[in-house]
Amino acid sequence: MLIFSVFKTLTDQRVTVELKNDLSITGVLKSVDQFLNIRLDSINVLDEARHPHMVLNVRFLSGFHIHFCF
Amino acid sequence: MSSLQGRVLLVLQDGRAIVGVLAGYDQKSNVVLSDSKERIYSIDEGVEEVELGLYLVKGDMIVLIGEIDEAIDRAVDLASIRAEPILPIRY
Repeated sequence: MLIFSVFKTLTDQRVTVELKNDLSITGVLKSVDQFLNIRLDSINVLDEARHPHMVLNVRFLSGFHIHFCF
Repeated sequence: MSSLQGRVLLVLQDGRAIVGVLAGYDQKSNVVLSDSKERIYSIDEGVEEVELGLYLVKGDMIVLIGEIDEAIDRAVDLASIRAEPILPIRY
C-alpha cells in the first residue's frame, strides 16, 4: 500500500522502470493500480541499440514483472 | 488496458514478442489477439515473423502490452534489424 501511494505521487512525472527481463523503459507515468500495473505514455527504451523491439506509444506493464523503479 | 486498441505488442515472460490486433481481454488481463505474429529477434539474421493467427495469451504470462505506433512500425525494416532476443524474466 505504501509503494502504491509512492507511485501515485509520481503520476505525470517521467520515470524509469526496470523490468525483470533487463529491459529499462522511461515514460510518463499515467496510472497505477492496486497490483502496481503501470501505464506509461511517450515511452523510450533506455538502451535503444540493444532493444529495438519497441515501436510503441503507450505501454501497460504488469506489476509482477517490475524490478525497480526510479 | 481499456485505452489499448488496434495493433499491440505483447512481451511474454519467456521473452517472446507477439504482435497482433487486440480482439479482447478480460479482468485477469488474459488477451485474445487476431492475425498475430511472433517476432523472433536474433543477432545473426533479420527479424523473422512467424504467423500465429488467432492467439489467446494468459494474463499471467504477460510482462508488457504496448500499442504499436503504426507510423514507426511501417518505417522499420524488420529484415535489417539485428538484436538479441528479449531475455526471459528472472525473479
